[in-house]
Amino acid sequence: MKQLLILSGKGGTGKTTVASAFIKLARAKAYADCDVDAPNLHLITGWDSEPKKTDYYGLPVAKINLELCIECGQCIEHCRFDAITAEPHYMVDPFTCEGCGVCAYVCPAEAITMEPAVAGELMLYSDDEKVFSTAQLKMGSGTSGLLVTEVKKQMKSATIDAELAIIDGSPGIGCPVIASLSGVDMVLIVAEPSISGISDMERIINTAEKFEVKTAVCINKYDTNIQNTEMIEHYCEKQGLPFIGRIPFDSKAVKAINNGQTIVDIYCTSGEAVKEIYHKTIDLLFEKGGC
Amino acid sequence: MKIAIPVDEKNMESNVCASFGRAPYFLIYDTETKESVFIDNSAATSTGGAGIKAAQMIVDNKVDALLTPRCGQNAADVIKSADIKIFKPTSNSLKDNIAACVDGKLSLLNEIHAGFHGQGEN
Amino acid sequence: MDKEKIDIKIAVLSGKGGTGKTLVSVNLAATAKASTYIDCDVEEPNGHLFFKPQEVSEEEITVKIPKVDNELCNGCRECVEFCNFNALAHIKDELIIFDDICHSCGGCILVCPEKALTEKEKVIGKIQKGVSGEVAVWTGIMNTGEATGVPIIKKLLAEINSEANKPTFIDCPPGSACIVMESIKDADYCVLVAEPTLFGVHNLNMVYELVKLFDKPFGVVLNKCLEEEENPAEEFCLEKNIKILGKIPFDNELGTINSNAEIVVNKSEKYWELFSYLLDMITKEVRHETTANP
Repeated sequence: MKQLLILSGKGGTGKTTVASAFIKLARAKAYADCDVDAPNLHLITGWDSEPKKTDYYGLPVAKINLELCIECGQCIEHCRFDAITAEPHYMVDPFTCEGCGVCAYVCPAEAITMEPAVAGELMLYSDDEKVFSTAQLKMGSGTSGLLVTEVKKQMKSATIDAELAIIDGSPGIGCPVIASLSGVDMVLIVAEPSISGISDMERIINTAEKFEVKTAVCINKYDTNIQNTEMIEHYCEKQGLPFIGRIPFDSKAVKAINNGQTIVDIYCTSGEAVKEIYHKTIDLLFEKGGC
Repeated sequence: MKIAIPVDEKNMESNVCASFGRAPYFLIYDTETKESVFIDNSAATSTGGAGIKAAQMIVDNKVDALLTPRCGQNAADVIKSADIKIFKPTSNSLKDNIAACVDGKLSLLNEIHAGFHGQGEN
Repeated sequence: MDKEKIDIKIAVLSGKGGTGKTLVSVNLAATAKASTYIDCDVEEPNGHLFFKPQEVSEEEITVKIPKVDNELCNGCRECVEFCNFNALAHIKDELIIFDDICHSCGGCILVCPEKALTEKEKVIGKIQKGVSGEVAVWTGIMNTGEATGVPIIKKLLAEINSEANKPTFIDCPPGSACIVMESIKDADYCVLVAEPTLFGVHNLNMVYELVKLFDKPFGVVLNKCLEEEENPAEEFCLEKNIKILGKIPFDNELGTINSNAEIVVNKSEKYWELFSYLLDMITKEVRHETTANP
């Protein structure tokens, strides 16, 4: 099974719009949403059934047993994250607690324990033909690289028989993106023709390059700034990266998404552009040779 | 010598796991006794620093060579400090890779990627 | 603005990147003129690209990391076992410390029975302060790969001087993770920016839950609005009785100016008026909150 990852660097460039169109066109039997901070793919992939849900545990959270607490203040003194307060009683702010365990270690009354804490939820949608793996990180939770890895693992283990898996990646360049990249065969970067978008795109290309994965670039909403679009194309040429296509800004795309449809479910200019990009991407992905 | 390989399943038909730090299990194979032992990777559920923890475990198991398709910077530092060589597997078959390693046919893993937190040379 | 106290702190946030947080916070600050703009999106700060601040001064931000005296270390591994972040490894009589994984909790130093661990400072990023016209532009920048940007944001917000009697606009990171919570902790009011799409509503809901959790007064700015088109984000606000502060249209002119990293209120009369009105609305809302809930 070949894995195609869709990344963007910056948020809001249209990753999910493109990923959902690809899933439709490929009639993909396996796909995943790795944007665990703000997953959106489930909103337009039309599953009626309820997913199987699994709790995801992150770092533990400190808990103070008030019956044992002698209010000595050692925990407050040692907590580097200002997560413990004494009013109205000694308590740990679960959102600020980093799970280091120092307070539990220093407490002379052994009143603090590190409790497992649910940091998110994994969801698996499946039927006889296809599987869709996604997750939601809880508010205030820390690094989500592990949850992303769990999402991909869940997809792989539930997949019955698929030639191609499409993964909607996380925005940014940090831990979750690196976890998304692990084990994929190709990355398609959806870029945005703005100064901030270009800067983010360059950073993501740098990160993807280190994984020795086939990388290609396309531009979404290209007509919002032709000059920047040309800059991106020029950059790709210089870097030796295949530039696969341009997608125009299209208000019909917004309409489709709002109706819970992908842009290839209706006839529109952005949908037509994405169809071409899809075919070129698949050709590149299944091409013999290369990495 | 002892060879370690990250694997997806606890049997010799398993394929090589694409990830090192979060591999569910490791195969430890002793070329002299021809014994295979599968160990659970306690680092797999770590929210961070999984590669480091997995590497510490590999070192503690007195391994001589690690066969893995990918390895992060931090994990590589730990492995190399212990003078363990890291090789790139050539296929998904455990038996083939072990044989190739014993015959000296495997090449060293050169592409060490930036870890989950680090950025390598940047 | 009149002589009333106007040292209000307005946090601008959205559930996802690309919604228009920077557009709104940058232009509100530019409209207010005498104000402070703080970019808390320390992983990918963008505000400075618009303001192009002058007379920039820099300050490094450090955290404490352990360092080991290998002579004193006896290899007991108490520290390796204690560290929940896996930042330590012990190989061949040497303790290896992974700076970029370490969360600076100080735990290993406490547990070491041989006192072999002490602390050193490590730079994780910096704060740049400059001016652009009457706007004080403060930018937090985190070095790539660091564990957390929270210490940078803490420093940025701690420096807000209430004596200065001018409003502060805080451009928050996207999402609802701990770093966003840190950014809104001291805010007097939160402006939630939302897109009029199905995705936009879903993301709006996330930050809506967040500001409710923190008991912050808030309102919504709808961005990229297409006329005569359905606006699910607007419907969401009406349903939940959320104050809609204003609407920014999807407009090619705005898009082009913004994508060239220019401040739209300085380039367009239409937008100067739109943001002035928005600023007025927000100021009224904040005043209303402080009189209703002193």
